[in-house]
Amino acid sequence: MELSMSDARSTSRWLPWHAMAVFGFLYLPIVTLIVYSFNGSGVGGFPPRNLTLDWYRMLFADDAIWESVLNSLIVAFAAMAISLTIGIPAALALDRANFPGKAIFRRLVLLPLILPGIITGLSLLMLFREADIKLSLLTIVLGHGTALISVATTEVFAGLQKLDRAQEEASLDLGANYWQTFWRVTIPNLRLSIIGAALLIFTLSMDEIAVSFFLIGRDNTLPLEIWGRLRRGITPEINAISSIIFVFSLIAIVSWYRLRMSSEKRGLAV
Amino acid sequence: MATSTEPAVVRSGKPGVQPLLVIRNIAKTFGKNPVLRDISLQIAEGEFLTILGESGSGKTTLLRIIAGFESADSGEIVMEGERLDRLPAYRRRVNTVFQHYALFPHLTVEENVGYGLRAARMPKDEIAARVAEALAMVKMTAFARSKPGKISGGQQQRIALARALVNRPRLLLLDEPLSALDANLRRQMQVELKSLQREVGISFVFVTHDQEEAMVMSDRIALLRMGELEQVASPREIYRRPATTYTAQFIGHTNLLRGEVRDGIASCNSLSWNVELPDGSALFSLRPENIRLVTSGAGKSDMNVVHFHGKIQHQAFHGATELLQIVCDDGLTLSVRTATRENRQGDLNLEFSPADAVPVRDSLERR
Amino acid sequence: MFSRAYRAAITLPPLLWVAVFLLVPYALLFCYSFWSVSPSQAIVHAWTLDNYRELFRVNVYLQTLFRSMWIAARVMIFSLLLGYPLAYYLSFYAGARKDLFYQLVIIPLWVSYLVRAYAWKTILGSDGVLNTLLQYVHLTKHPLEFLLYSPFAVVLTLTHIYTPFAVLPIYAALEHIPRNLVEASHDLGASPLQTFWRVIFPLSIPGVLAGATFAFVLSLGDFLAPLLLGGPSGIMISNIVVSLFGAAYNWPLGAAISLCMLLLVVSLLVLSEKLEKKWSFR
Repeated sequence: MELSMSDARSTSRWLPWHAMAVFGFLYLPIVTLIVYSFNGSGVGGFPPRNLTLDWYRMLFADDAIWESVLNSLIVAFAAMAISLTIGIPAALALDRANFPGKAIFRRLVLLPLILPGIITGLSLLMLFREADIKLSLLTIVLGHGTALISVATTEVFAGLQKLDRAQEEASLDLGANYWQTFWRVTIPNLRLSIIGAALLIFTLSMDEIAVSFFLIGRDNTLPLEIWGRLRRGITPEINAISSIIFVFSLIAIVSWYRLRMSSEKRGLAV
Repeated sequence: MATSTEPAVVRSGKPGVQPLLVIRNIAKTFGKNPVLRDISLQIAEGEFLTILGESGSGKTTLLRIIAGFESADSGEIVMEGERLDRLPAYRRRVNTVFQHYALFPHLTVEENVGYGLRAARMPKDEIAARVAEALAMVKMTAFARSKPGKISGGQQQRIALARALVNRPRLLLLDEPLSALDANLRRQMQVELKSLQREVGISFVFVTHDQEEAMVMSDRIALLRMGELEQVASPREIYRRPATTYTAQFIGHTNLLRGEVRDGIASCNSLSWNVELPDGSALFSLRPENIRLVTSGAGKSDMNVVHFHGKIQHQAFHGATELLQIVCDDGLTLSVRTATRENRQGDLNLEFSPADAVPVRDSLERR
Repeated sequence: MFSRAYRAAITLPPLLWVAVFLLVPYALLFCYSFWSVSPSQAIVHAWTLDNYRELFRVNVYLQTLFRSMWIAARVMIFSLLLGYPLAYYLSFYAGARKDLFYQLVIIPLWVSYLVRAYAWKTILGSDGVLNTLLQYVHLTKHPLEFLLYSPFAVVLTLTHIYTPFAVLPIYAALEHIPRNLVEASHDLGASPLQTFWRVIFPLSIPGVLAGATFAFVLSLGDFLAPLLLGGPSGIMISNIVVSLFGAAYNWPLGAAISLCMLLLVVSLLVLSEKLEKKWSFR
């Protein structure tokens, strides 16, 4: 429908400007940050001068940062494994099984996504304290894994809605048992949802700071390493690493989105 | 020429009366697709006009242009002397009954019906009175406080009707409003809609792809094909005297006879009869029900009747009638509709009147 | 269709994990709030209401809570004011570029919180980009102090972070509105403005509620932005909790405050859900 045809001229005029202004608000800080990562004279000051790659050079020589990147990667992959292993059955359970406490279960799983990270972080901290588990990368993995189950569950659940139940019924009808049907029919059909979930979980884990803040042991993840430096003093080196983080996140998010759209366009969960 | 865009003398019998709506040379293209090409049509006061066409014919687009949801690329629409196409939808004294009713889910039935009156800032008690009147007219008074989500499809349709009519528009547009109903309810609603239109006296422009529906309800049918008007005439006229092959085949069944005319005689295979047509190739539409079975032995063709002989190839039972597929002696295949009979003979003698062989022209090929 | 074994296999592991890593921790949170800490920094597992008495006795806790709620409220309002028209533009005006714009909205949503908060820190400081820019173009002579280390900075940064959170549910709600309702409204004589207030906005309310709730709840519990940008006047309730789990070492008191926050947040979520149901017409 051509909204503009029967629309008041006034609304259609300011609305696009407002939209552009909001996009500007959302992106200018990041753009500024990237620009200043090339600035020879510091994180602030206008206009930026002395274009240089020094900060990037410094970044690549910075061992502590790369150690924390490695830690973050380890955590991200481990968290991904946990979230998917727990999240996929959870989605299936919510879709197909009825059990006592189902409603509570569904809310409980989604809570970490809506609650402020501090609550998730602190409650897990108390768990580890009582169970006498020392804080380390493991505790962070458990934290991320738990918090991000909801991402896996939501994505896979959405994929399940598009799944043609008849395919699984056909598989059973032809003689495959539940386990075989699960691996040969259900999972392949959920492929795109699972990949999408994995991508999202990975990105969120790499960027995660609120929950990690409380569960950190001796080894830092990347966000916490940066955080530590912020307390000490700011250099554009932080701009540099932030810019790199931004670019990677951008790629990951756009890929996830494209994946989602292609699965929807085909009308299948395949 | 059977095609006429001027309204036939409808009810009042006053030829000089001005039409309510004049559509002139309306054209619309979507992207590369010309959906409407040069449409000109007039709509009289109080008439029930159906725009009939297949999907893709442009009928819904034409309706939306009249309503104001699309703008035409060229042409104009004039209602009672004023340029309608220059007005936005919300200023036109035209109301629409949508295909899926488009009732507001967050408002009650009452509030839905009164929506247009509230938008016009009518006083509250007048709104209440008009709404009550409209609900009574569609027999939905009991559901005034219900929400649309809680009533059936047929009931929603009545509310959509009431919501449109309560504003007393000059013209009511109906976009395939019965297509979502099941067959029995549909037939019932056809009758109710027709009598409602008579009662209210407003011009209705009804869009449908169902030719039977069009014939039952309309004063006139405008047959639309690939963006152009194929024929505009009353149901009887369009059925008895189709102008083109498309019309003849789209509305009802027909047999298309291709033949030659020479010296006032049309011949199609071994059949021939007198016509008043120029020499050359010709096309005739012969309705299956106009071919009669002859019981009293083979006769000779003369001025008033054409006889021929054929064998039944196929029989389709349609309840009161049967549709027989006949192969004539010369190989021509014809459909014949006749009353149902048990134990038919395979060999038949048949006849038809030359007057029932209506000359039609080929429908134009369109890109 | 599914056997008991199958259903057990897909139900038990998640249930177990959620019980251990979500239920038990919340339960511990509950318990800790009733315990206390000994001078030797050991947790005394004796039940007491002291923590809660402390909460209401000492002003700073309630004051900070209300300040936090006020900050969260402002973030919510600004996120809605910025986000609704954007969502509306996306849904009704963007046309072929809708896809692109949608991606432009979700990218900041998922990109690191830290990156964005840090970006504002470099912009708002007295030697930051904004101040030096203003001085460069001679709009100001001295740096504006209130830009950083103030509630203003916290509200600004959190609005920046949570506006996309507000946009998405509103956009989803607007997309769900059948376009023929808008046409029907015009058909019946309502102007575009009337159509917005009488049809579009009421049907988008569930989305608005969801977006508002996200923005408010997540802002309320935020502790990172205040630490980076809040300064002494921008401290929020979560910062107090953080210090109680850190230097101030009083886990039980921290747990008590957290539990109050949790209860507040959960009741807001429940309330929001109820209102959303009331305003949803499917």
